[in-house]
Amino acid sequence: MTPPSTPAIEVRNLTMRYGELVIMNDLNFSIQRGEVFVIMGGSGSGKSTLLKHLIGLKVPSEGTILFEGEDFSAGDEHHRKQVLRRMGVLYQNGALWSGLTLAENVALPLEEFTSLDARAIAEIVSLKLSLVGLRGFEEFYPSAISGGMRKRAALARAIALDPDVLFFDEPSSGLDPISASRLDDLIVELKASFGTTIVVVTHDLESIFRIADRALFLDITEKTMTALGHPAELRDNPPSDEVHRFLTRSSEGFS
Amino acid sequence: MGSDSATRAASPASTRAALHHAAGVHTAVLCGDWSIEGETPRFDTLASLKDNGGQPMRSLTFDATALGSWDSSLLVFLEQAQSYCETHHIPMDEAALPEQVTRLLALSRAVPERVARIDTHGPPSFLARLGNKALGTWTAIESTITFAGQVAMAAAQLPSRNVHMRWREFWVVVQSNSSGAIPIVSLIALLVGVIIAFLGVVVLERFGAGYYSSYLVGFGMLREMGALMTGIIMAGRTGAGFAAELGSMKITEEIDAFVTLGISPVEHLVLPRMLGILFMMPLLTLYADFVGIMGGMGVAVSLLDLSAKQFVGGLLSAVTLIDAVLGVFKGLVFGAIIGFAGCLKGLQTGSGAGAVGRAATSAVVLGITLIILANAVIDWLAALLKI
Repeated sequence: MTPPSTPAIEVRNLTMRYGELVIMNDLNFSIQRGEVFVIMGGSGSGKSTLLKHLIGLKVPSEGTILFEGEDFSAGDEHHRKQVLRRMGVLYQNGALWSGLTLAENVALPLEEFTSLDARAIAEIVSLKLSLVGLRGFEEFYPSAISGGMRKRAALARAIALDPDVLFFDEPSSGLDPISASRLDDLIVELKASFGTTIVVVTHDLESIFRIADRALFLDITEKTMTALGHPAELRDNPPSDEVHRFLTRSSEGFS
Repeated sequence: MGSDSATRAASPASTRAALHHAAGVHTAVLCGDWSIEGETPRFDTLASLKDNGGQPMRSLTFDATALGSWDSSLLVFLEQAQSYCETHHIPMDEAALPEQVTRLLALSRAVPERVARIDTHGPPSFLARLGNKALGTWTAIESTITFAGQVAMAAAQLPSRNVHMRWREFWVVVQSNSSGAIPIVSLIALLVGVIIAFLGVVVLERFGAGYYSSYLVGFGMLREMGALMTGIIMAGRTGAGFAAELGSMKITEEIDAFVTLGISPVEHLVLPRMLGILFMMPLLTLYADFVGIMGGMGVAVSLLDLSAKQFVGGLLSAVTLIDAVLGVFKGLVFGAIIGFAGCLKGLQTGSGAGAVGRAATSAVVLGITLIILANAVIDWLAALLKI
């Protein structure tokens, strides 16, 4: 058992590349258990790429990423699976499996990783769907529901196995303000009630100020992280002009 | 801006801008209606005309009192003026321009280059490109072998029930490759049988051996054409379908969703498709053999002095069960190729809307190429083994 002081995720000297082109250098930060950690930055700053590194879809070319103190990309397949099942990911457009109903989407991870019988799985599925406000939509296919509902259904799938860490890729993109703020409420609720560590990639300022315990700023021109802290504190004492402009939505001095 | 310019004919280019000179100051006089649909004056042409005979330009102002309606063509002209002034270090005074124009000009200059600094060292040399190409080819071979290994391992674990395969997907593939594929397979197989029979009737009849058309149709369909044509049709139909389906799932991150849950996309998506096509290809091959022989018989009976009974008798005396088994075996191999090429290309889909199309295309090309190659190899082995 890892000691509780170990951060959920620790990134050391990470460099991200796109082919030959270096996107970000020298990323060093850790995500504490039970916090809402926001990765923010302008378009093209490598936020989503960083997320892909954190969830193991991309293997770092330089640097290491530790999940609860261990580098799971080095482990064997079985071990990797055991780590992955403790993570949940909500993709930008939900990425629900289009050939399966909502219930089947949520049930699949349960079938894969637990030995529960069909009835128990069905009960968990309807619990998860009702947590995201989709009770009664079990038999719908993803194509038959709206974008906001699809994201919530994808969230139900992401929390199917009660993950320790939940990742959100641009949760508010493509959602109207009301659906976006409902999703923010859900994020805060999940953190409060399950103690889930939550990592959110976004450039939506409103969400950042509502949900973030700490936020990391990726600066595209500096090619590294230039700020880490509570968003309101960063806004009041910005470490750089770029952070100030980002957090105050100002285009002043934009040259 | 210039909303009425479409209805109003633009003034001729020469009358819309002129450069006057007085007391060391050049004034560009703008008049009439400016429209991008007509010919527009160029500032550098105007300036060079003046330079030839007049005073060198020391500063530039504008006179827009006679300016009518205008659109982007005026802005382009002013941009030209600005870059001319910049290169010749001449001050430019925009005060006399209409306010909307100066605001637009300010906006167009304010948009900064905000692209990440890209470290380029010019275009790569021939050697660098060759090296990249070689490395790319090696990576492609490596990923193909890895994929083949993953599929083989998942298939090997299937009997031990360690693999969570979705049988529903398997049956969906079986369905789309049976009832869905029968019409096109029937048509093509029938026509191929007819073509072989015509070949027999026309060529063999010259030697008085028309009777042997049945041999030709039998051997032709069972050993070669039944499996080959079914394979090619299925590569175009099902192989492309697999690639497009998996490619779309890749683009919508559905595949990533499997991977990050620690669930193997090979077990869930590739295996049912592979098994489905492997199950159906031999059956479709046998069906195509039958339909093709019927087509051939129709031609032979109608054009030659042969009865259906004689045709079937001749056929049965020539072909053996081995010929049919060889064809079915080919069908099995082609099925594996189609499934493999379709799923591989689907999972390798890049990003962007064009990527799915490219994946489907390359699945078909790879599938058909490998099918014909495999056909040649199997024929060669069969000849060696005297089958």
